[in-house]
Amino acid sequence: MEALTNMEKANKTFLEEVSKRSGEKLSLCYQCLKCTAGCPTAPNMEFRPNSIIRMIQMGKKQEVLGSSAIWFCVYCQTCGTRCPNEIHIGVLMDALREMAMEEGVHAKEKNIHLFHEAFIQSVRRGGRAHEVTMLMEYILRSRDLMKGSLIPGVKLFLKGKFPLLPSFVKGKGEIKRIFEKCKK
Amino acid sequence: MRFSYFPGCTDHSSSYEYGRSTEAVLETLGVDLVEIEDWNCCGAAATHSLNRLLSLCLPARNISKAQSAQVGPLVVPCAGCFSYLKRTEYVLQHDEAERKEIEGIVGFTYEPSLEILALMDVFLNRIGLGKIEEKVKKPLKGLKPVCYYGCALVRHPKITQLDDPENPQYLDRLMKGLGAEPVDWSYKTDCCGADLAMTYADVVKKLVGKIVSMAKEAGAHCIVTSCGLCQMNLEMRQDIGLPIFYFTELMGVAFDVKNQEKWLKKHLINPKGLLESLGLS
Amino acid sequence: MLEDRGAAFGLEGRGKRTREFALSETLLKRSDPRTLSEAIMKKLGVFICHCGVNIAGTVDVKSVAGKMGEVKDVSHSADYIYMCSEPGQQLIRDAIREKGLEGVVVACCSPSMHENTFRKAVKSEGMNPYLCEIANIREQCSWVHQKEKQKATEKAEEIILATLKKVRENEKLEAISVSINRSVLVIGGGIAGMTAALDLAEGGYEVILLEKEQALGGHMTQLSKTFPDLHPALPDLFTKAKGIEMHPGIDLHCYSEMEEVKGYVGNFELTIRKKATYVDWEKCNGCGLCIRDCPVEYVSQFERGLGVRKAIDLLYPKSVPDKPVVHRVHCRYFIDGSCRKCEEVCPEKAIRFNQEDERIGKKVGAIVVATGFDLYPREKLGEYGYGEIPDVIDGLTLERMLSVDGPTKGKIIRPSDGKVPKEMVFIQCVASRDPDRYMPYCSRICCMYTAKQAKIYKEQVPDGQPYIFYMDIRSDGKGYEEFLQKTIEEKGLLYLRGRVSRIFQDNGTVRVLGVDTLTGNMVEVAADMVVLATAVVPSDGVKDLAAKLRATVDRHGFLTEAHIKLYPVESSTKGIYLAGCGQSPKDISDTVSQASATASKIQALLSTDQLLQDPLIAFVDEHICSGCGICVEICPYEAREMDSRRGISVVHSALCQGCGACIGACPNFACELRNSSSIQTLRMMDTFV
Ligand SMILES: Cc1cc2nc3c(=O)[nH]c(=O)nc-3n(C[C@H](O)[C@H](O)[C@H](O)COP(=O)(O)OP(=O)(O)OC[C@H]3O[C@@H](n4cnc5c(N)ncnc54)[C@H](O)[C@@H]3O)c2cc1C
Ligand code: SF4
Ligand code: SF4
Ligand code: SF4
Repeated sequence: MEALTNMEKANKTFLEEVSKRSGEKLSLCYQCLKCTAGCPTAPNMEFRPNSIIRMIQMGKKQEVLGSSAIWFCVYCQTCGTRCPNEIHIGVLMDALREMAMEEGVHAKEKNIHLFHEAFIQSVRRGGRAHEVTMLMEYILRSRDLMKGSLIPGVKLFLKGKFPLLPSFVKGKGEIKRIFEKCKK
Repeated sequence: MRFSYFPGCTDHSSSYEYGRSTEAVLETLGVDLVEIEDWNCCGAAATHSLNRLLSLCLPARNISKAQSAQVGPLVVPCAGCFSYLKRTEYVLQHDEAERKEIEGIVGFTYEPSLEILALMDVFLNRIGLGKIEEKVKKPLKGLKPVCYYGCALVRHPKITQLDDPENPQYLDRLMKGLGAEPVDWSYKTDCCGADLAMTYADVVKKLVGKIVSMAKEAGAHCIVTSCGLCQMNLEMRQDIGLPIFYFTELMGVAFDVKNQEKWLKKHLINPKGLLESLGLS
Repeated sequence: MLEDRGAAFGLEGRGKRTREFALSETLLKRSDPRTLSEAIMKKLGVFICHCGVNIAGTVDVKSVAGKMGEVKDVSHSADYIYMCSEPGQQLIRDAIREKGLEGVVVACCSPSMHENTFRKAVKSEGMNPYLCEIANIREQCSWVHQKEKQKATEKAEEIILATLKKVRENEKLEAISVSINRSVLVIGGGIAGMTAALDLAEGGYEVILLEKEQALGGHMTQLSKTFPDLHPALPDLFTKAKGIEMHPGIDLHCYSEMEEVKGYVGNFELTIRKKATYVDWEKCNGCGLCIRDCPVEYVSQFERGLGVRKAIDLLYPKSVPDKPVVHRVHCRYFIDGSCRKCEEVCPEKAIRFNQEDERIGKKVGAIVVATGFDLYPREKLGEYGYGEIPDVIDGLTLERMLSVDGPTKGKIIRPSDGKVPKEMVFIQCVASRDPDRYMPYCSRICCMYTAKQAKIYKEQVPDGQPYIFYMDIRSDGKGYEEFLQKTIEEKGLLYLRGRVSRIFQDNGTVRVLGVDTLTGNMVEVAADMVVLATAVVPSDGVKDLAAKLRATVDRHGFLTEAHIKLYPVESSTKGIYLAGCGQSPKDISDTVSQASATASKIQALLSTDQLLQDPLIAFVDEHICSGCGICVEICPYEAREMDSRRGISVVHSALCQGCGACIGACPNFACELRNSSSIQTLRMMDTFV
């Protein structure tokens, strides 16, 4: 059992904020745990998907935004498809990651975050994803040399499946503008 | 028959097999594909993780291009790309405020008349199984695949509106049409964890291991997919050597299209042996 | 031929003069024209049921059937997989017709299952149904001896032989017909009693409705809005109450209690005590001037302590009937002879300080007990402050606050200082589901009314925060789960799964200690107000009433039904029926359904003016009875009476339930049970020893 939660000022604002942002009706969750039961990455989360919802209801902002769970969600939508209350936890997790970034909360799963960043960078540059530059960037920033990204990358490269040169869109300007306007 | 076409970033790289076999098969069926002019990345898994608006605007640009090309429905082979385009379409159709915002950023006016279709949907419901069966020269007799749909095609069903989310049948029907004997199994829509393929290899190995070993246990010779990410992930993170095909590759085999060697050799797990053993290559 | 070990005179060989022996001598001397040869049946039929494998799996039915076929006077013996099935019954009917059987033994399951089935079957072939007996070889044989097949088979033979002996001496009996009174008494004027009374009156039956309070409505009159549709409670109730007041078929007695009940189904005799109201209700026009001018105010029970009432007052405003009562203990006139303000101001001169309680006698054929419920007293809840923390209230008190015409005009305020509570805690399952210290059962209504109250609270205090401590949420009625989910979604109620350990007061706030088991955190809420959903318990005085009615109650005081599934609205006493929360906790819609079910059962009972009763009851041998009267005392059903003229005891056939208490008690062996006479029983016993 954790420390005593003093409910004198229940932190409803976090629940309201997340509900608004994700568009999900989080109050409806009755903790049936169907989401967690089918989640492929729940075993790796320190708080399971259902607990994340409960923690939001209880106003535990720091714990939620600083959790690894929000980074382990792979948006497979198994939960959202089966939730009896139509709560899409995948969508919720997206919103939580965004909020964590905006609030400057240190990403508990740094590498997952860096990998996403690297991907977006590669799209920002040329409008299309380019595996090699993306992987290079990720590996350099994460120093994740051994862990499994490099070797398969090399294998695919050797198969000729990872071309060296990126292909760019012509309308780079348009892409740049979209990125600019979507920056918050 | 003409379709607007979104190849996706991996079309010439990691999903080389998918891209080439799709082209060859559609040509055999006499379908014209008009590639969206200057298409861009759909945003894929990473974008929505960090920036919802961006993850809607990137696909929206492709939708706007397909709209102005006016060559009919937009076909998307990769299940991942399909789902992100569909997700944007859903928002455009159901959330007026967000639609306006997206339209403003991308600079277009959304027309709901543009249909966005998964490639598999085109085969089954636009071209029709009958036409496909007519083209079969080498029935895939004796081939026992399991069909793997993964997450993106069928989830969330309200968004993708494709087939049954718990027990989809499209690929199975297609495989039967080609003369194969698809095996029933219970892992059709389990997630393979591809998003974590580069960052958490151990997690993904477990997920892939389960899918692949269950396929084998069901008595399958190979797995058939329609998703670039799944295909790569399933090949890369298994260690039992079970071939993973794009479904269009098997269509190519059955249609006996030319130059199959060009893409079959790109697999990390060589499928040649399997095809040869059944007299299919 | 199998030895007939129960030969009638075998008894004489016994040396010891046991009571049985003395009895048998007496009996054998008795001049019964039916005894011995001429009356004893010659053509008996035995039918052995396999009951699938239930019997046949243990008892060798074929061999038993074969052996029974050889017993003296058995002219037909057969077995079949399911005797109770239509083809099985047909076997019996055919045999009676073709072989001219005079008596039948069916060896099968317990008589409580199919005795009626088989008696009907033989009757359809013209045989007197009481010449058909059941030999129970399932519950009393095959089921309990599954591991001893051989012995079980032998035992089955003995049971059948014994039953054959009994049936040989059975009398042809006819059902007893009793004439009945076709009016009904309903006790309790809550929604249950009101519904039953109206249904019955609409069905054309005369109804007497008895309510101990001065007006109709029961607890519903105290409710604000009701789940699941949130309709205000009063308007609908008012219409029903008016309907009752005006109905020519309903004789309404408010402020009245049951004093005595005599009689039996179809013929109950009642004494009703109408308590003195000190107001002539015939004259009173309901103007209310007396209430206005009465100087005495005291804390109102109806308002759960939140409001006051006068010494002369209505139960609640616009009550039905809208007639006041003078409450003696508070009235100045009764205390010191002073005041008499009401008397002065009454334009109709209706005040009657000299009125006295009145007793009236009535006769009815059936009785509905609809005495409703009370809430478990807060004063007994130690961990929740023994009812001493003013801002810890119960659900009914909150209902009074929420009622527009209640003491706070619908406003939710803290009883201690009148402030609007911002942190509002609701606690479910208080004293319910607590087998160790309080009530073991679920009170069934509190989950829903708590959700309802929290919703109304949140509507009234949008910036307030309701917390609801619960164990699980039970919302099994039609539309209830939907109501709950919608409320949670719209109102953002915070449900905390876990029971509260303790409530205590600390500087004007009420501290609630609990746990949120869903996160595993202990929580402490500094509450402005706490609402306890206390357990539903039977209303006061029900045990006494039940005793008068000879109905039974369970260990909590809820009235018990004859069978929880098959006879849920009948009590264990014939002619006494149940409705509403007096039987078990339930919400309004269940209460109303049950009351209507009760009313229709009674309508079926009273649909003729004759009631048929089983004739298997006691009788007295007039020549032997010495008139000692022991049987009169012993009979639990008051079915025995002394016939003072003849100096003997007689059996009241409509009251006798055939329990046999008098037979054992009679020192002269003068009492007997029809078709279970002592001699029959002795002969049966002889088979086994
Ligand atoms: C706080 C609270 C909120 C509730 N909210 C809802 C709601 O929103 N929706 C809903 O469906 N249900 C609700 N209920 C339940 C509802 O009150 C009951 O279902 C209903 O009142 C049961 O009716 P009844 O006639 O069985 O009992 P009662 O209402 O208790 O009526 C019994 C009557 O019998 C009389 N009586 C008792 N003993 C005798 C006697 N010996 N002689 C003569 N008369 C006697 C009593 O004076 C009373 O008038 C609520 C209950 C509570 C406590
Ligand atoms: S499946 Fe839905 S309702 Fe059930 S615990 Fe998960 S989010 Fe809550
Ligand atoms: S969408 Fe995320 S939380 Fe939901 S099942 Fe998939 S990985 Fe788990
Ligand atoms: S109805 Fe709900 S609150 Fe009341 S006792 Fe049952 S479970 Fe507890």
